[in-house]
Amino acid sequence: MIDVENLRIRFGDREVVKGVSFSVKKGDSFGIVGESGSGKSTILRAMAGLNESWEGRIAFGGEPAALKRPPGFFRRVQMVFQDPYGSLHPRQTIDRILSELPLVHGMDNIDKRIVQALSDVALPQAARFRFPHQLSGGQRQRVAIARALIADPQVLLLDEPTSALDVSVQAEILNLLSDLREARGLTYILVSHNLAVIAHLCGQVGVMLNGEMVEQLSAEDLRAGKTSHAHTTELRTLSVGLEEPA
Amino acid sequence: MLVDIQNLRIAFESRSSRFEAVRGISLSLGAEKLGIVGESGSGKSLTARALMKLLPSNAAITADRLSFDGIDVLSASEKQMRQIRGKRAGFILQDPKYSLNPVMNIGRQVSEAWRTHKGGSKKQALEAAIHLLDQVKIRNPREVAASYPHEVSGGMGQRVMIAMMLAPDPELLIADEPTSALDATVQAEILRLIEELVSERNMGLILISHDLPLVSHFCDRVAVMYSGRVMEELKASELLNARHPYTKGLLNCMPSLTHPRDRLPVLNRDASWLTA
Ligand SMILES: Nc1ncnc2c1ncn2[C@@H]1O[C@H](COP(=O)(O)OP(=O)(O)OP(=O)(O)O)[C@@H](O)[C@H]1O
Ligand SMILES: Nc1ncnc2c1ncn2[C@@H]1O[C@H](COP(=O)(O)OP(=O)(O)OP(=O)(O)O)[C@@H](O)[C@H]1O
Ligand SMILES: [Mg+2]
Ligand SMILES: [Mg+2]
Repeated sequence: MIDVENLRIRFGDREVVKGVSFSVKKGDSFGIVGESGSGKSTILRAMAGLNESWEGRIAFGGEPAALKRPPGFFRRVQMVFQDPYGSLHPRQTIDRILSELPLVHGMDNIDKRIVQALSDVALPQAARFRFPHQLSGGQRQRVAIARALIADPQVLLLDEPTSALDVSVQAEILNLLSDLREARGLTYILVSHNLAVIAHLCGQVGVMLNGEMVEQLSAEDLRAGKTSHAHTTELRTLSVGLEEPA
Repeated sequence: MLVDIQNLRIAFESRSSRFEAVRGISLSLGAEKLGIVGESGSGKSLTARALMKLLPSNAAITADRLSFDGIDVLSASEKQMRQIRGKRAGFILQDPKYSLNPVMNIGRQVSEAWRTHKGGSKKQALEAAIHLLDQVKIRNPREVAASYPHEVSGGMGQRVMIAMMLAPDPELLIADEPTSALDATVQAEILRLIEELVSERNMGLILISHDLPLVSHFCDRVAVMYSGRVMEELKASELLNARHPYTKGLLNCMPSLTHPRDRLPVLNRDASWLTA
């Protein structure tokens, strides 16, 4: 479903993604973890068509993505941004934010879809007519997830989708993502610093360090500590250390 | 007592409705590390903002006591609050990138935070800022100092905010999800830095976080919030053995790296938690 080959991205004369390759089958999920500032969000943005200065190959369903994406692309591929506050228009109500994609794509039953999307992400219906600044951090993040889901995409690019959520809401969102994957064969790319979240949802994991994907391994190997790169080993050790009682 | 909060209430009123977001919270803090965990939307950020007198204008606030180092925040003037904010008390907001000035480069923002407190020349301040960026493990601090907020990653933005708040040696640090965008190695370094400030300079810390294991390992005490109230307060090291059903429910929802589960249990919210 997704093929990324030798992706390179630079800002000015600084290369921040240095030849990254991975592929994900339809209905599978790929996790990306690694150093802060190593290029994870930059990869997702290029895949989502939000940055037009990259080299290499990005393909969805075998079809190479053009630098400029046709409008239909954004119905099939949706992204949830790392900083929900910045990605939600501050002067639009949640209702307006959620209606936008369905309107653009001429979808029916918009009202019903909004009601459903809000309940899917465990937001009260009362949130519908508020503005983003009238919601808590985690509530805003859920609006961003609802907006991505509402147009029935095939691929979801998720950048730290649960980092602002308490673990009970996180569990509901992770279960929802599993259910959607099962029911509709959605394909996910999930960026997170939480290895337990990554291993829960993703079968395969890529580890980034300083612009390179230094290791790819299965979630089982990550769980079992069969890591080969020092960065992966360190991230895992710290994560397991925290899981033990204080 | 550095921070003393008694019976804090925050409500939002409109023509047709009234919603009480914080419903009688009491917390106090000395030179120690207090964690606040709990439900999304339970009033954690509002409580922190109330202490810095940074609530939205449509919020109605009351408290039997709300004080910082003996200063009554409710009656303090804006001028008095400005003496506290960013100097005596650092506040790392939940959306760090949106609390940075988008049109000022990062080096200048951090160096001004340093300079307003410590004085010195612009050049000295910039060197100090670069040192601070290095302390929060930014890879190429000089280059990053010259960039603008939209040019840095989520976790780099968080670290810039941390550097800015630590610059004036605050007596209190309020950190709202300060490390949620950091990988575990950088997170460990930042926490070590904060720990140093707490133990060497007697700084007080309020750490708001959804990361229960982190709070349990790092803090001294933890308050668990649900729906505008504190459900229980306990020793952080005891968090994993909490007795309140809400806290137990939360702990049960966490995915684990070492103990995989097919499906995560969800929380059954009990109406009695709202009033108990
Ligand atoms: N618009 C931009 N202009 C210049 N440099 C940029 C821009 N966007 C990102 N960068 C740089 O690219 C690098 C990678 O950033 P990216 O946001 O992809 O990191 P990340 O892996 O998502 O980190 P985090 O985990 O902290 O979110 C960083 O060094 C960042 O400063
Ligand atoms: N300006 C506002 N107007 C109306 N309601 C608001 C406003 N700001 C916050 N609220 C509401 O107050 C409640 C508490 O918000 P707060 O930001 O303190 O939550 P939180 O505990 O920090 O949650 P999170 O973990 O998601 O950040 C939420 O239900 C939120 O929707
Ligand atoms: Mg990122
Ligand atoms: Mg908050």
